[in-house]
Amino acid sequence: MGLALLLLIWLITLASTYFFVAKTWWLPAGASAAAGWIDHQFALTFVIMGIVFLAAQLSLGYIVWRYRDSPSASPVEYAHGNTTLEIVWTVLTAILFIGLNLMGSNVWASQRFDAAEPGAVQVEVTGMQFAWYFRYPGPDGKYGATSPKLMDPSAGGEAAVGLNTSDPAAKDDVVTGTMYLPVNREVDVSLRAVDVIHSFFVPSLRFKQDAVPGLNIHMHFKPTVIGEYEIACAELCGLGHYKMHGMVHVVSQEDFDKWLTAREAEKQ
Amino acid sequence: MATPASVHAHAPQGFIRKYIFSLDHKVIGIQYFFLALTAVFVGMFLSLLMRIHLIWPSAVLPLLGTIQPETYLSLLTMHGTIMVFFVLTTAPQGGFGNYFLPLQIGAPDMAFPVLNMLSFWTTFVGFVVIIAAFFVTGGAPLHGWTGYAPLSALPSAGPGEQLGADLWITSIAIFCVASLMGALNFLTTTLDMRAKGMTMMRMPLTVWSWFITAILGLLAFGVLLSAGILLLMDRNLGTSFYVPLVVVNGVVMGHKGGSPLLWQHLFWFFGHPEVYIAILPGMGVASQVLSTFSRKPIFGYRAMVYAMLSIGFLGFMVWGHHMFMSGMSPYSAFAFSILTMCIGVPSAIKTFNWLGTMYKGRIRFHTPMLYAIGFVSLFVSGGLSGPFLAQPVLDIQLHDTYFVVGHFHLIMGVAAIFGIFAATYYWFPKMFGRMMNEPMGKLHFFITLAGTYAIFMPMHYLGMAGQTRRYSQFTEVAYQQKLLPLQTFMTYAAIITIAAQFIFVINLFWSMFKGPKASDNPWEATTLEWTTATPPPHDNFGGVTPVVNHGPYEYGVPGAARDYVMQTDPVTSATH
Repeated sequence: MGLALLLLIWLITLASTYFFVAKTWWLPAGASAAAGWIDHQFALTFVIMGIVFLAAQLSLGYIVWRYRDSPSASPVEYAHGNTTLEIVWTVLTAILFIGLNLMGSNVWASQRFDAAEPGAVQVEVTGMQFAWYFRYPGPDGKYGATSPKLMDPSAGGEAAVGLNTSDPAAKDDVVTGTMYLPVNREVDVSLRAVDVIHSFFVPSLRFKQDAVPGLNIHMHFKPTVIGEYEIACAELCGLGHYKMHGMVHVVSQEDFDKWLTAREAEKQ
Repeated sequence: MATPASVHAHAPQGFIRKYIFSLDHKVIGIQYFFLALTAVFVGMFLSLLMRIHLIWPSAVLPLLGTIQPETYLSLLTMHGTIMVFFVLTTAPQGGFGNYFLPLQIGAPDMAFPVLNMLSFWTTFVGFVVIIAAFFVTGGAPLHGWTGYAPLSALPSAGPGEQLGADLWITSIAIFCVASLMGALNFLTTTLDMRAKGMTMMRMPLTVWSWFITAILGLLAFGVLLSAGILLLMDRNLGTSFYVPLVVVNGVVMGHKGGSPLLWQHLFWFFGHPEVYIAILPGMGVASQVLSTFSRKPIFGYRAMVYAMLSIGFLGFMVWGHHMFMSGMSPYSAFAFSILTMCIGVPSAIKTFNWLGTMYKGRIRFHTPMLYAIGFVSLFVSGGLSGPFLAQPVLDIQLHDTYFVVGHFHLIMGVAAIFGIFAATYYWFPKMFGRMMNEPMGKLHFFITLAGTYAIFMPMHYLGMAGQTRRYSQFTEVAYQQKLLPLQTFMTYAAIITIAAQFIFVINLFWSMFKGPKASDNPWEATTLEWTTATPPPHDNFGGVTPVVNHGPYEYGVPGAARDYVMQTDPVTSATH
């Protein structure tokens, strides 16, 4: 019985570890400036936790086999513990866990507390059941007014986000269903939701932030690789949650300008 | 302070007073146990339907037809709610805690038997109300067990968000009331009804775990109850606690100025301690069982008590780690994150001490021991994904993915269930007077351990690859479609694991009537429940008040007559 347990625990441990180490399934390739930092912290955490995982599971398997009861087993050691050992492993785990935590804090801080770089692309992201809309303020750099009363999701586009077309600042606003971003330029995102909570998740860009009704959340990130990346809503928002899908097209600055100009032209 | 035994000496005679509206903590414990058993099969059946729908979305099921995307969300909402409240909170605390807390401290009953009966029947009503949500117009709610507002606050936000959602909240509110009554009873009993010589530091670790769980319950359920009442008001009375001005499908709702984050703060202020409400009793049982079957004193009894206390204490200060992506102040993430990492420390102490207990022991592989060993393995596996999620910067990628689902299922789902299984196999002889079948128990264990790992370990891979949770289908997002083969594997693993649970049920009921008779102390254990008759008489100790002379885990004592010294054995110089 001890041997069967040892084999099962070791098998589970080694099989689980294999698929992690072989990276059979892994984070998608990162395509934003933060990806390097995040992936580094992930890898560090992964290595440390992996060592603890292997050590704990393998010794659990070994101990249950080694100390199984049998007529020839040696008598048990009558002991109630060992204070020195307790202190050693308490201090070690405290240093390990808290240290790991502090190392990751810089990345979080730089992403959240520093303002977006000057010249960042402004994009307003609006989530609603069950679509994403992206608004660019246009040449005037100002978002036009929106009003809940004007929101008409069935019409899509400008009407869906309730754009007040009589506002002068709204004249050059571009609203689209696909997000276009220039590569290597910071993006200043304003996240909004009109009905329930949604979450804007782009795995390849290592970006996720809930969009919350009543809040306008500012975040910034910088895509670094040209390509098309999928957006998946990450907060349960109702029956169509699974199909609240969108695309981010990261293109060259030139292509981005062309695209935006074409959208502006369509409006006129 | 113990109630005089004579009060309890006369057992009630009528069937209803004896088995239905009983005041006997042992009967109430068994009632809780069977309620949880019913609930766990309902919850498991719902998860089976979910797993089938994910892989074969157009399958036509007998009686149920094809599962729709919104039905899938109802299934996951009800699965989570039923499992968390009516299984993981009900079985370890209401069931085994009720039955064995008075026995292990040498009390004739709980401090407030009537309150005890009330708390069970209130829980029962709560269960009936939540099941009713399936059968009302619109069906069960789809807002998930976390019920995030505004989705949960707006009847027009989705199917199931009408009467079904009201019933869902009402059921949880009822459950909160029941748990508050239970918690008061547990605390009073532990503090006031201990037998002579049963100092706090001689209490079995199971008693400590129920005691600490009761403290958590008392502080957490009150908050959830209030939060639920506010949500009901938002839904039905036009208040705006959680709902700002919103537009649902082009219609401007009448709410204004509420905060969706308020619900999340209140919910998780309950929700995180709830994780420990589910797992602490499992830690207690694992400690008890590991010591008993290793024939060795528990390693570091005091450290174990302090670890549980600090887990409980820290558990109230980390709720924000569920909300790193919610839009709350990113500054608070630092505090929540570092406090969360601190919980890793007492958790690691417990793991070391469980290994230390088995080290140089003489391990007897009875089924309860196998489950306790499985508990340790799952606790390690489920625990080590915690430090990933506790770091806000990694949570960016992992939040609301299958990584989280794998994490909490291993630690608060499966590990807690293994604690319940260990407790069932361990205490069944005392509760029902007969032994369970060992070969069936072992078969059940091996399939369940391998099966649960096969279901939940792949979830971590899926989460890293970005597979979002609560998706009824993965067909709409190209990168997620590629992960379907792994999902298929998990569904097969789930079907096998679920099938294996019938081995347990057959064993349970067969042994109840046909199992070999159990002696008073079949495991050669030391705590007070094993000093009395099997099953225990109505007043627990047959008119005798036990006197405690030893600590709870005196095994392998040098110079003792046998390899264990029971807590009531006469004083010798041999034990500590």
